Amino acid sequence: MSGDYLSGRPDEGNTTVVGDTDHDGALLEVNDLSVHFTRHGNKPVHAVDEVTFSVGAGENVALVGESGSGKSVTSLAIMGLLPKRGVEVAGSVAFAGRELIGLDESQMRNLRGAEMAMIFQDPMSSLNPVVPVGKQITEVLRRHRRISKPDSVTESVDLLQRVGIPDPARRVTEYPHQLSGGMRQRVLIAIALACQPRLLIADEPTTALDVTIQAQILELLRELVSGTGTALIMITHDLGVVASLCDRVHVMYSGRIVESNLRHQLFARPRHPYTGGLMESIPRLDQARGLPLTPIPGSPTDTLAWSQGCAFAPRCPNAAGDCKTQTPRLEMSDDRALRCFHPLDTEAARIGAARG
Amino acid sequence: MDEPLLKVRGLEVHFPIKRGIVLERQIGAVKAVDGVDLDIYKGKTLGLVGESGCGKSTLGRAILRLTKPTAGQVIYNGTDLAQLQGEDLRRQRRHMQMVFQDPMSSLNPRQSVETLVTEPLRAHGISFERHARVKELLELVGLPSSAANRYPHEFSGGQRQRIGIARAIALEPDLVIADEPVSALDVSIQAQVLNLLEELQERLNLTYLVIAHDLAVVRHVSDDVAVMYLGGIVEQAPSDDLYEQPLHPYTISLLSAIPVPNPEVEDRRERILLSGDLPSPANPPSGCRFHTRCPFRQETRCDDELPPLRELSPGHTVACHYAEEILDGKITPRSAEEMLTAGAS
Repeated sequence: MSGDYLSGRPDEGNTTVVGDTDHDGALLEVNDLSVHFTRHGNKPVHAVDEVTFSVGAGENVALVGESGSGKSVTSLAIMGLLPKRGVEVAGSVAFAGRELIGLDESQMRNLRGAEMAMIFQDPMSSLNPVVPVGKQITEVLRRHRRISKPDSVTESVDLLQRVGIPDPARRVTEYPHQLSGGMRQRVLIAIALACQPRLLIADEPTTALDVTIQAQILELLRELVSGTGTALIMITHDLGVVASLCDRVHVMYSGRIVESNLRHQLFARPRHPYTGGLMESIPRLDQARGLPLTPIPGSPTDTLAWSQGCAFAPRCPNAAGDCKTQTPRLEMSDDRALRCFHPLDTEAARIGAARG
Repeated sequence: MDEPLLKVRGLEVHFPIKRGIVLERQIGAVKAVDGVDLDIYKGKTLGLVGESGCGKSTLGRAILRLTKPTAGQVIYNGTDLAQLQGEDLRRQRRHMQMVFQDPMSSLNPRQSVETLVTEPLRAHGISFERHARVKELLELVGLPSSAANRYPHEFSGGQRQRIGIARAIALEPDLVIADEPVSALDVSIQAQVLNLLEELQERLNLTYLVIAHDLAVVRHVSDDVAVMYLGGIVEQAPSDDLYEQPLHPYTISLLSAIPVPNPEVEDRRERILLSGDLPSPANPPSGCRFHTRCPFRQETRCDDELPPLRELSPGHTVACHYAEEILDGKITPRSAEEMLTAGAS
């Protein structure tokens, strides 16, 4: 696997990497991506396996899962941000028709920030605490767009204005600790959008924020994405955020996609017991109060290796004998994909409920 | 209604801001909790919600006297806890316990589960039959009795929170204050802990004060809900009333800001976006504390006059001058764009 990774360098040249603009097909195609962490003397950890999905231009795609489901590792692998040592990345990530796995560091650097950008969960640890926020924005502009210093300063003030920071001319000279959590996240979004990337990955962008600030940031992302045609990959564990923002949802469990569907269909008819279980286990404001919660038993660490069967089987209410001996495949049909031998039969359940 | 188990009257916690090294002088105060009245009834759950920095955790800690209040009363069984000291206070603590947010940092990593859950009993000098009591406590919170000799790091987050709960109920307290009991847990585990809290309440007749920022969680567990903003309670009501008919502009905006996991609802709903951030509690705004962010703000009165808590319908109190007008639709909220430009100016 590491052999593939090292030898797969199609372009050793020093040319500036700009994606193939007249490429037709999805903007980003992730095919059979796997990430294994290896450590001398330990068994390799399969953090991500067989992950396949695509993102079209202007599309909002969500990766949903609990901690340890591999959603963040998937995004880091796409951005080429995983450490080189002890990590085996295999499969293919094609961005605008160009293979990213195997690109060397300088080529990735030219892409990152210019064509694809990322927003992280904790803005305090992603911003440099000893550099004024304005400088952190102009850095990106000067590196990728090669514009003059005075121009880049004007542009950074514009960007801060666009992400809704009051008094941007003063804020550019301030340091991250002088800003509130919501404002720091806005600065991070401004940095990510500085070069009008075609793909934006947001890794839990609102988890560290209060609900009122979360609503502001989600609204901002929604406007920016619909206004510029930027594709968005939203990584989150919050089903509410997914329901309000994303077109297509991929549910991950223990490193693999277990169910994918369009937003409306997924929430109306979850098929995988894990997806259904997640929806049953959260208290909801849109339903009557006092309905009992049905938690998923066990914890996310009670898994079976995918090579032995279904990782969710130990916690699954529908699990039968074959779940623990055979690995379910991801079955695709039309818009949906499902990895389960015994999916929830929600149609029948609904008819039954209506009769009862 | 019955006499409340715990009455909080005019509670204030002000943290001094000091300047100078040798000649220290106080130049101001962070008004974390600024005049709060609360009643907690026996066997019921009171939910306390608010954004980070609104003082909800400080209020919980001040009730238990983990932080000393600067003014006000906390009356439990006729005694004012805010005035107690030393041994008297320690004896009262037996009746009220706390469950913390992060179970990893609130459990001593070098103590076994057995030591952890029996420590409160030993601290209060209560004689008990060790094995039977530990087994009983672990059973109550849904842990196997084999857990007794293991250490916190051997458990998952949800199980650790169960250990924290076992320790809180070991003394058979009347009141349990749970500060963000589920926010550090995975979504699928949250429901397990919430169900456990409910089950224990029924079996042991516990009274809860649940402090959380997640309004859906609070609605699920609480009989009554109090909404806190910048050190003060702005609205309090029975759970159903509050969520069906929020009266305070802050509650209205909070509820409209929460994304609901239902795309049909999400596509239709109208959001009221609040501009800006929580103002500093060291320098709170004049008049109504919320007026700087309020989409319903009316000229001058909101800026000058602090609205008192008024009871509009039985059990539903709200601190807003214009609650009735807002309810009748006579005052409409300003749009998000207006709010943003207002915030920028």
